[in-house]
Amino acid sequence: MDHIAIVGVAQTGYEAKIRNKTNYDLVYEVTKGVLDDAGLSLADIDNIVTVSNDFMDGRTISSMAVGEAAGGHDKNISTVEGDGTFGAFYGAMRVLGGFNTTLVVAHSKGSEGSLKHITNAMFDPVYHRLIGIEAISASAIQANSYMDRFGLSEESFAMVSVKNHQNGFNNPYAHMPLNLTVEDVMKSARIADPLKLLDCSPVSDGAAAIIIANEEYSRRAKTRPVWIKGIAHCVEEYFLGDRDLAVAKSLRQASRKAYEMAGISRPVDSIDVVELYDAFSYMEPLWLEGLGFCEEGRGPGMLKDGITLMSGKLPVNPSGGVLSSHALLVAGLARIIEATLQLRGEAGSRQIPEAKTALAHGINGPCGQSHCVWVLSSEQ
Amino acid sequence: MIKPEKTPILSQKGQIAMPYTWWVGNAGSRFLAALRDDARIIGNSCEECGKVFVPPRKNCGYCYRELTKWVELGNEGTVIAHTVVHFSFSLHPCRTPFAYALIKLDGADVGFMHVVRDHPERLSNNVRVKAIFRDRALRIGHILDIETFEII
Repeated sequence: MDHIAIVGVAQTGYEAKIRNKTNYDLVYEVTKGVLDDAGLSLADIDNIVTVSNDFMDGRTISSMAVGEAAGGHDKNISTVEGDGTFGAFYGAMRVLGGFNTTLVVAHSKGSEGSLKHITNAMFDPVYHRLIGIEAISASAIQANSYMDRFGLSEESFAMVSVKNHQNGFNNPYAHMPLNLTVEDVMKSARIADPLKLLDCSPVSDGAAAIIIANEEYSRRAKTRPVWIKGIAHCVEEYFLGDRDLAVAKSLRQASRKAYEMAGISRPVDSIDVVELYDAFSYMEPLWLEGLGFCEEGRGPGMLKDGITLMSGKLPVNPSGGVLSSHALLVAGLARIIEATLQLRGEAGSRQIPEAKTALAHGINGPCGQSHCVWVLSSEQ
Repeated sequence: MIKPEKTPILSQKGQIAMPYTWWVGNAGSRFLAALRDDARIIGNSCEECGKVFVPPRKNCGYCYRELTKWVELGNEGTVIAHTVVHFSFSLHPCRTPFAYALIKLDGADVGFMHVVRDHPERLSNNVRVKAIFRDRALRIGHILDIETFEII
């Protein structure tokens, strides 16, 4: 693969309700921010990928409404409706395909719509939508399946929530840093068994942007480039009943492809820090298994053994993860941004010392129907 | 008069209610008609890998082969995963607490998602359940022609 790099990043703070800024305003803010960060001007950007969801925005072709905010009035703009990692994946492909630079920008304001209605609408309108299923209940079924298969405890999931909300205190962008105990999580309101309120991510408003550049433009940018060494995504069955929800099959496939591209044979030894899409506490261990950091069913053990703590061998979500801030679609791009900041050595009090290789991960569809995996490096 | 910078932020309320008529296709029609007319659950199977799907569908996603063999499934099955729902939501088919369950119907190879309205606290994986259909006059060819699954 040609050498391509992330040369600029920007994100808003994540909040429950950003009243004084529209989606347009948020996109404008992070677009200005990412150009400033990279030290590039709009003239250096030759194509733009916007990431949005029509149901979230409450309008069709929602991407078209933020074109000028993204600096794209005379540019080639295309859109990904899905998580930001997938938008960035497409952006990377465009640079590999001959563009010098791609600006990828994602936005969402969960506060403006009804997330339960919106996530209900991702299900089949004939067989599933009419029984009222939405993202939380679907995820609860997955958590139940995962626990049942491997004999896991709710407490082991609660520990993830405690860790990530605590890490959130080190991230100035985080929506919900919290000082919690396992007991706090266990005693929080029952939402859909086994998920309790504090097993669930908050719904946040926010936006994020990155610039991906080819080798020549990575030298023009003022930042230290973060090189894209491996990227892959993979999808599994649409109907939940067709899937084995206790195993992240498509993540296993996507991560293997990304590792192969990056020349990594033992990820647990090669990767210094992970930012993954923990929309619910149980997802972190399940995704760690899918990413090949441990055997199936052993994900919770990685936290019990201290491996995924800030101080551990493989820190996971030092930013506080999605459990601390969850602007839909934006959250995956935020994982890439956090990984990038780690590799630039600019992650402030959440910095993992001497991080050279980082993994960022995003999901799309119910219960991680598809996964996108990024292996990034500070070294070309 | 020009309003000051610190003018309180206004909002606009709206709602999108978009009518659709989704044709459910041949496989879907045969499935829903069987619920309506016969109070039976039917699926279809792949002649290559033998997998039995429910709801039935056009093709096997694994073998990429059209599914032409129809199978009558049991109206009973085994719960393979579930959740008891405690929050309320306007699109729920009944009051909480109730359960969503993935049910391996007898004769099928995939989980069938539906609801268990009564005694969700008694539900666990591996429990046997059976489909309870609405009365014939109330069945319209709809997934909720199966009113609920009941713990046997």
